[in-house]
Amino acid sequence: MDSPRYILTFVFTLTALVALLLTGMRQVTMEKANLNEQIFNKRAILSAVETHLPGGKKVKELSDEEVLNIFNTQMQQIVIDTKGQPIEGVMAENIDMAKERKKPEAEREFPIFVYTEGETTCYIFAVRGNGLWDEIWGNVALESDLNTIAGVAFDHKGETPGLGAEIKDNPAFPRQFIGKQIFDDQGQYVSIKVKKGGAEKGNTHQVDAITGATITSDGVTKMFELGLKNYLPYMEQLKAQQKNDAQGMLIQ
Amino acid sequence: MAETTVQEVKKEPFFGKKERALLLDPINDNNPITVQVLGICSALAVTSMVFPSLVMAVAVTLVTALSNLTTSLVRNMIPKQVRMIVQLVIIAALVTVVELSLKYLNYPVYKQLSVYIGLIITNCIVMGRLEAFAMANKPWRSFLDGLGNGLGYGAILLMVAFFREIFGKGSLLAGTPLEIKIIGPTAEFLINTKESMLFGWYVNNNLMVLPTAAMFIIGIFIWIQRGSNKKLIDVS
Repeated sequence: MDSPRYILTFVFTLTALVALLLTGMRQVTMEKANLNEQIFNKRAILSAVETHLPGGKKVKELSDEEVLNIFNTQMQQIVIDTKGQPIEGVMAENIDMAKERKKPEAEREFPIFVYTEGETTCYIFAVRGNGLWDEIWGNVALESDLNTIAGVAFDHKGETPGLGAEIKDNPAFPRQFIGKQIFDDQGQYVSIKVKKGGAEKGNTHQVDAITGATITSDGVTKMFELGLKNYLPYMEQLKAQQKNDAQGMLIQ
Repeated sequence: MAETTVQEVKKEPFFGKKERALLLDPINDNNPITVQVLGICSALAVTSMVFPSLVMAVAVTLVTALSNLTTSLVRNMIPKQVRMIVQLVIIAALVTVVELSLKYLNYPVYKQLSVYIGLIITNCIVMGRLEAFAMANKPWRSFLDGLGNGLGYGAILLMVAFFREIFGKGSLLAGTPLEIKIIGPTAEFLINTKESMLFGWYVNNNLMVLPTAAMFIIGIFIWIQRGSNKKLIDVS
């Protein structure tokens, strides 16, 4: 029993058995697990437009089928490059922002989800940045004027519960962003500032920071500014197009 | 020649006093967390809410029980030199099975527990029981011992999570359809601190959300247990 031969045989047999068991199990569960992951990610995107969901529902109240259904019928997916040009043949839901961040800046690709519900159209953009301990990310939905925020949803990898993690756990934090504007009156891009000590009254470009989580709050500011900047070329094109369409309508 | 001599084995009851002790001792007298002080890391980390703690408790119980059973079944075949590596392979395999099942059954909870499911591999309770018990005992008893230790761990986890969730978030079982919102500043809660006359002063304790709170609570549990359980009073 102590012979090297026995030990080797035992170890090899055990490893082979375990490997077989685990691969088998993975094969069986993979499909459903991938679907679960997709639905999880799609819910995260939908929570940015929670105020515009069909039937006034909340993301929590949607069933898995309803989530997939919204993505099939009310969601248009676009992927753009750094110049705002659409890239053919890529689905926005397959873009992993964590991987895009590691690419050289000129090669990055950005996902856009265009959500339509009745008369309203929202543009959902993905942003990603750094919190205190690790990465933070979010989805920002803009109204069709590409200026007013329709909603945001944040998530994080390892922010402190009760402090930085409040960007996700406390619904009051993302709610502040609704109705704020990312361009000033002159049309200059100003983004949104998460302001320590509280936002100035009536300022449409500021929201309150989270007490005790200054670095995460600053991280959100930075993520917002740099993240939406990537989409500026696309927004300009879209605005120009909207203007043309409007003029066309007038002439007609 | 063909006759084989069967050794006369004294008939042991299927579930006698000893089996009972194996199953129930770890829940109080020999609790893996409060008495053996093992598995503290995950007990501090995942106990901020009841539901994830419940999932973690079930996962650890499954792993301890099944790894004890498996190890005990093959204990006479395991070469001494690679004993611990073999135990580790068994534990890792079971943990992976748990991880895959969780991804399949409840993805949001899998996301929430994140690394802590994988870290069951390093939970001292699991390997401790294999070394201390399963390597030297029969499968059925080993299984009970694993089950008992898992339940003892789970019991403490749930008790800690109960206090942390109530005082930290004002809710119970958040994340499940059974969620009860007990106390908080909006109308969704049973006691609305904004309008209630009696509880207007109450604010959720942010410390309770942090792992530090779990350490205080476990400390208090140990104190109460040592004070009330005669078997644990140090006679020396």
